[in-house]
Amino acid sequence: MRFATRSDLEEYIGSLKKQQQKQRVLVCMGTGCLAKGAEAVYRRFAEVLAREGLDVLLVLDREDVVKQHFALCPTGCMGICETGPRVRVEPHGIQYLRVRPEDVEEIVEETLKKGNIVYRLVQSEVLPDGRVQHWPLIKDDPFYRKQVRLVLRNCGTIDPENLDEYLARDGYLALARVLTEMTPEDVIGEIMKSGLRGRGGGGFPTGRKWQFARMVKADKKYVICNGDEGDPGAFMNRCLMEGDPHAVLEGLVIAGYAIGAQEGYIYVRAEYPLAVKRLRKAIQDAYQAGLLGENILGTGFRFDIRIKEGAGAFVCGEETALIASIEGKRGMPNPRPPYPAQKGLFGKPTVINNVETLANVPAIILHGAEWFRSFGTATSPGTKTFALTGKVKNTGLVEVPMGITLRELIFDVGGGIQNGKRFKAVQIGGPSGGCLPEAFLDLPVDYDSLCGAGAIMGSGGLVVLDEDTCIVEVARFFMSFTQSESCGKCVPCREGTKHMLNILQKIVDGKATLEDLALLEETALVVKDASLCGLGKTAPNPVLTTLRYFRDEYIDHVVHKVCPAQVCQAMREFWIDPEKCRACGKCARVCPVSCISGRPKVPYVIDQAKCIKCGSCFEACPFDAIVIKWRRKGNA
Amino acid sequence: MERLEPEVALGRSFEKVNAILEKHGYDSANLIAILQEIQEEYRYLPEEILTYVATALRVSPAYVYGVATFYAQFSLKPKGRHIIRVCDGTACHVKGSEKVLRAVREYLGLREGENTTPDLLFTVETVACIGACALAPVMAVDNEVFGPMDEERARQIIEEIEKRSEVS
Repeated sequence: MRFATRSDLEEYIGSLKKQQQKQRVLVCMGTGCLAKGAEAVYRRFAEVLAREGLDVLLVLDREDVVKQHFALCPTGCMGICETGPRVRVEPHGIQYLRVRPEDVEEIVEETLKKGNIVYRLVQSEVLPDGRVQHWPLIKDDPFYRKQVRLVLRNCGTIDPENLDEYLARDGYLALARVLTEMTPEDVIGEIMKSGLRGRGGGGFPTGRKWQFARMVKADKKYVICNGDEGDPGAFMNRCLMEGDPHAVLEGLVIAGYAIGAQEGYIYVRAEYPLAVKRLRKAIQDAYQAGLLGENILGTGFRFDIRIKEGAGAFVCGEETALIASIEGKRGMPNPRPPYPAQKGLFGKPTVINNVETLANVPAIILHGAEWFRSFGTATSPGTKTFALTGKVKNTGLVEVPMGITLRELIFDVGGGIQNGKRFKAVQIGGPSGGCLPEAFLDLPVDYDSLCGAGAIMGSGGLVVLDEDTCIVEVARFFMSFTQSESCGKCVPCREGTKHMLNILQKIVDGKATLEDLALLEETALVVKDASLCGLGKTAPNPVLTTLRYFRDEYIDHVVHKVCPAQVCQAMREFWIDPEKCRACGKCARVCPVSCISGRPKVPYVIDQAKCIKCGSCFEACPFDAIVIKWRRKGNA
Repeated sequence: MERLEPEVALGRSFEKVNAILEKHGYDSANLIAILQEIQEEYRYLPEEILTYVATALRVSPAYVYGVATFYAQFSLKPKGRHIIRVCDGTACHVKGSEKVLRAVREYLGLREGENTTPDLLFTVETVACIGACALAPVMAVDNEVFGPMDEERARQIIEEIEKRSEVS
């Protein structure tokens, strides 16, 4: 099917809506569910539906016939990956979790044929009084109740590899409207009015960015979709590219039209093979349908999209480094100005937008800026997707209106902390963000509030930490990440992150002094102020926020040599239980620093001053006589 | 799959490299994609080929070498037939990815500083995030993601692949 005009497209969409299958079995095929065996579940459904004659795709519009038939549909991420593979039955909105191939028969028999719910496969919770509460319907599930799915509207409900499914949900209608009714200035005006801000983390107004690039005169311009989601702990963009690739393409074409570009690139990180595969399929289908390429919908507008795969470098998420990488160079950043909007890819004006930003665009055009502003807050309108992970009950992909509090996000949507543990902190914004303690739980999640607290929105990684997590070790972990990802171009970042990492290592090894702590803070401020690009400028954030909100824990490590979370191995002590020791001498023989001594028939003793806490003796002892004690404050 | 020893691969003509260069129009803007495809073919980037690519693209060997060493994906040493990537992203890290890595390395008998088994069957890497954090800790073998992992499951998965490799 190739659409020559807008009315062709509209007519086709109208016919799709009429034949839309009302009864659908949706099987999540996101990376998470696939890892849990979703493919076997999907195949089993196909077999059983075929055997039962329930798989006929109906194009008739007669209720009575349609009712008996089910369309099987592989989808993108449904959100709550931990409970995968997930299956959803429409139109009832029944959701099943942890579905195995052997459960399929029962679902077909009970739910599809009789409309009954298979309770053993639904989301449930044991209430404090011992009763079990089931949540068979999506609309009742607390995980979904506070979510507003604008960007993820199609994620988990359509087959991402099928263009018709996207079209049936008014896909490419925004593009059609833009090309036939709106001037580029109108488009920019509408996006400005909507107040959409960059979802990659910085929060720069998207409309303004487009306007800058629009104003520059040049023979060629480019738009780039930044899918280099490198933050550890973030996977929202992956889900979006995997689950609704056409929305990203449509947004990119509209951006191209607005600034006057005819070429777009999608830069995807190497670790996302499934996203690349689905984007490629989407691009191919869009070309065939006349929604990409020459003379789109007969308007004379031309636009081409290419995919560039990254090769593993976090710094390439930074605009100027990403441009260098697309040009085939080392992905090193360049000083700004000139900004990419003036001089970007191959020296031409370039706009770079995050995946999520672009996926918002078609919806804003279709429903208008006012509609978009009805979600979120005045300064941060709309919604934000988050990857909710760590020690939280419901880990997965969520989308909430801006301005929701961290407490609602973690305790209502996320279901609270796993295993009845205590909440300790939430790490927001990845290696460039910060750790916020309990006192900030009622902070509204929007660009400005988070900035004020020393964290950043970031692209949306949200890692929940409980009392078993050592804050200092987490800070060290982030620093080791940014240190190894520093490209080495500017001195403050290259050397500063290295020194900060060394000091943090000293702290977790129990060898640091209070002077080290002061030096750490001083270095952090220099790196923040003097680095060339965003990577270095934000790298100290995890250290600075933890120093600000969890200084006591640093002091415990530095002064008392105690790790309250019992994580840092150097804060342990090994003792020999004289009751159990048979004086065999094995421990003394394996000890690399010869700090265990003893005589035959007398229990051996470890010299605590010399012990390096390697644990060799613990593993060697055949009688379990070695006990590990965590140091506590005061018992040194 | 045909097993290529590095020496054998090098002994071959540059036919395949030429085809890759041709496909990308001898354009140095496509250098990263070119290197990715070469690495797909040879499982690493042999030095001779890097020099050859530089000449063909009319850039200096230092330029190509610079790109090849900048990105984590590229390896100048032969890689194993199967790439095991243990995720050490934030979510995996707080859920014990280090134990998984230790178990994998121990099972394969890798010494410190070694990432590839002597029989070139496995290469073990850590990555900053696979993006499947909800299943943390995760591990990917080639392009298949597994999770949540513990030491025992990691060993089982590798054993499984070893068995399959013996058969093929």
